Amino acid sequence: MFYREVGQFKTNYAADQAIFPIRQDRIGLALILLVAFIVIPLFGGEFLIASVMIPFLVLALAAIGLNILVGYTGLISLGAAAFMGVGAYACYKLSTIFPEVNIVVWIVASGFVSAAVGVLFGLPSLRIKGFYLAIATLAAQFFLQWCFQRVPWLYNYNTSGAIEVPTHTLFGVPVTGASATPVTRYYVVLTIVVGMTWVAANLVHGRIGRNWMAVRDMDIAAQLMGIRLLPAKLLAFAVSSFYVGVAGALMVFMWLGAAEPEAFNINQSFILLFMVIIGGLGSLIGSFLGAALIHILPIIVRMVPDALGIPIGAATVEHLTFIITGAMIIFFLVVEPHGLARLWAIAKQKLRVWPFPY
Amino acid sequence: MSERETLLSVSNVSLSFGGVKAISDVSFNIAKGEIRAIIGPNGAGKTSMLNVINGFYHPQQGQISFNGVMRKRMKPYEAASQGIARTFQNVALFKGMSTLDNILAGRALKMHKSFFWQMFRYGPALDEEIEHRKFCEEIIDFLEIEHIRKAPVGSLPYGLQKRVELGRALAMEPTLLLLDEPMAGMNLEEKQDMSRFIIDVNQHYGTTVALIEHDIGVVMDLSDRIVVLEYGHKIADGTPDEVKSDQKVIDAYLGVAH
Amino acid sequence: MMHLLYQIFIDPFVQMAGAPDLLVQTLWEGFVGGMLYALIALGFVLIFKASGVFNFAQGIMMVFAALTMVGLYEKGVPAPLALLLAIGVMYLLAVAVERLILRPLVNQPDIMLFMATFGLTYVLIGVGELIFGGSPKEVPTAQLGLPKGAYDIHAFGGLVSLQKIDIAAALIASIMVAALAVFFQKTRIGRALRAVADDHQAALSVGISLNQIWVIVWFTAGVVALATGIMWGARSDVSFSLQVIALKALPVLILGGFTSVPGAIVGGLIIGIGEKLGEFYWGPLVGGGIDSWLAYAIALAFLLFKPEGLFGEKIIERI
Repeated sequence: MFYREVGQFKTNYAADQAIFPIRQDRIGLALILLVAFIVIPLFGGEFLIASVMIPFLVLALAAIGLNILVGYTGLISLGAAAFMGVGAYACYKLSTIFPEVNIVVWIVASGFVSAAVGVLFGLPSLRIKGFYLAIATLAAQFFLQWCFQRVPWLYNYNTSGAIEVPTHTLFGVPVTGASATPVTRYYVVLTIVVGMTWVAANLVHGRIGRNWMAVRDMDIAAQLMGIRLLPAKLLAFAVSSFYVGVAGALMVFMWLGAAEPEAFNINQSFILLFMVIIGGLGSLIGSFLGAALIHILPIIVRMVPDALGIPIGAATVEHLTFIITGAMIIFFLVVEPHGLARLWAIAKQKLRVWPFPY
Repeated sequence: MSERETLLSVSNVSLSFGGVKAISDVSFNIAKGEIRAIIGPNGAGKTSMLNVINGFYHPQQGQISFNGVMRKRMKPYEAASQGIARTFQNVALFKGMSTLDNILAGRALKMHKSFFWQMFRYGPALDEEIEHRKFCEEIIDFLEIEHIRKAPVGSLPYGLQKRVELGRALAMEPTLLLLDEPMAGMNLEEKQDMSRFIIDVNQHYGTTVALIEHDIGVVMDLSDRIVVLEYGHKIADGTPDEVKSDQKVIDAYLGVAH
Repeated sequence: MMHLLYQIFIDPFVQMAGAPDLLVQTLWEGFVGGMLYALIALGFVLIFKASGVFNFAQGIMMVFAALTMVGLYEKGVPAPLALLLAIGVMYLLAVAVERLILRPLVNQPDIMLFMATFGLTYVLIGVGELIFGGSPKEVPTAQLGLPKGAYDIHAFGGLVSLQKIDIAAALIASIMVAALAVFFQKTRIGRALRAVADDHQAALSVGISLNQIWVIVWFTAGVVALATGIMWGARSDVSFSLQVIALKALPVLILGGFTSVPGAIVGGLIIGIGEKLGEFYWGPLVGGGIDSWLAYAIALAFLLFKPEGLFGEKIIERI
């Protein structure tokens, strides 16, 4: 009834090549942005903003990054968390060496450091692919994590071995550290995430995205059509690591405020991969849905027994979360391999023909 | 035919995998603007020959010259950038993408706008995108696949997939188009459509075509000249009539009492 | 600069020559570790050969199996019975995997099955910790008839200490490898297994039941995992932190190729010995702890020169 494209005629290819060709989708997006930028900061409580929205946005950005590599280019990475770490440590070092420069500049700049490291570890993809490459990314995971632990220069020779974020200001308002309000941090994160999502949408819908997907779907045919595999793959590694790195910097500077090397361990890499699988491989909206589901799941597992009056320990919550996450992965792979994003698309399709399904 | 200029010439090419000889000492040429068929029984080395031509396999011996340029070793993307396009025996489409995106992906070599503009999908990048969309729409019109423009190719029936694959190859504006069994598994009607497209491509765009096909009737009707391979050796080369009356070809196809 | 080069290229060898007893000790420890890596890798190879699944959960299966056995023992079940029960649990796991993962996902791309084993990993971690708790547990070595203590041998100008449990581990590993090789080559089931590995559909068409084969293979891999888990556990403790060790079986696979049993063994030994030598002689130069990634680095360097592994089949790409 409401969601229908009847009567929306496109008179040129520009309109048909748009990322959101249907008017209702554009209205929906505008509404979501309105809620995100105005309604949530005005009416949302501190818990919602600091413990739900900021982590969700940061994780979604990391999931988008990983999705570019895994979902769009078909290169499985088991080392995503290590690249979050590269972003975080790069931002930490840059901002302690040049404290006078605006922190947001360093957050974005740390993405470039992460991208460079990503290209370095992407080089083996010249010779190897599939499972072999997946294992090679484990080398990145363990080597980088070892660096975070054993190279004291990276954490400024702290005795704790952890990095801690001092207060930085943006236009006179504190945006990091203890004195920054959640709403300020939320706005910084939201702006960066929205901007980078827009860029990602542009990339995957254009020539570059098509090349990536061609490499993913049939690398031999892609080669014979003039797509050079190594540059395409390395570009995917670079862009992906950039996104993941910025997400890592945001995680430490805007969300946690401090981090130990353990924050970037292999489990975190798996969690990111799960977000991408459950959300939907090769889908940006799926990255958001997957991040939301995986982040909110433990909160629900904690709340439901509470509401039912069953006492449950923190350890049990963690174990249950593990079981449910694992079961969901298997369930989605069996029932809907394209993840939440496909369910979303099916729902839209149903809505399009509702109330007359034929 | 002999007055035509040679586009591609293969001389004394041999290819083997380990101990298995796939092609031994084969020479032939393809003239500009002709439809050249390569036929032969299964395992004769036809597909390997195409793979050699577009640089996917590297022959141990022999040389290939394309457009007058000799080459020894060449990467597939180099062959593509010189204008050699290709379809595959088992459809090799990009299954996760729509028909339109598949064909647009065929324009990869023709699109150059930088990463910077791609990031914002604005200015030159957007203009380029629209311009190539127009070109691809012409191909879509030509192949009569307007109705499946936005459909994911993985869900299309086989005959249409073959047609999309041809469209993707045409998007490269090739000088030489290699077709590996374009009509395998098709019914009569689909074969007629496909033959029509091949002839149209050849005559309207002047594209040189080299094709592998098992349907001898189609091959005889379509092609200007035919190469016959058996067990990696060339056993005949000539016009359809010459090949048809060649004793070795008849033996190879009908079998001979030893 | 010269000093650094000396430290990297000369000094370690001077140390080796100066104290051969330490070198032998390091080699022995690397050898035992390598045998155990090889056993874990063997489980991968079994499953990969027969079902084409790259079973990421193999390491977790090892921890889960050992944890089940030790956990039951701690709850008062006699050790031999706990061992039998753990074997039973591995059988149930094999059936469940076949029913819930392999059967619905048959004919899906390999990568899907690979990811499904991630899900399995998480389920096993969650279930294991939920039932038996997360604290490290000790293996009842005496009750299982495993030796304790060490042989101290005076040789190579010093003292070389061989833990009895290590000798037992190496022996049991060799016996299992030999048994599996015979099982694969000589028995009817082994033949069926190899047929399935070559071509699922062809095997089906000559009357081999895929589902049955899968259960057998996953069960066999589970038993191998149980044995490996008990061995590792006896050398340290049983807890889920062992999974990081189990992940090191992956570089072993890269070296050996995914389908080769001898490859798994040779790869395991190279990784085991290489990483012990590297950590002991070169580790101190960069602050130690390099055995967390050295195995991957060795495998990666190797991969660049021989992408199909030591014993893997050479791939000819066809279109």
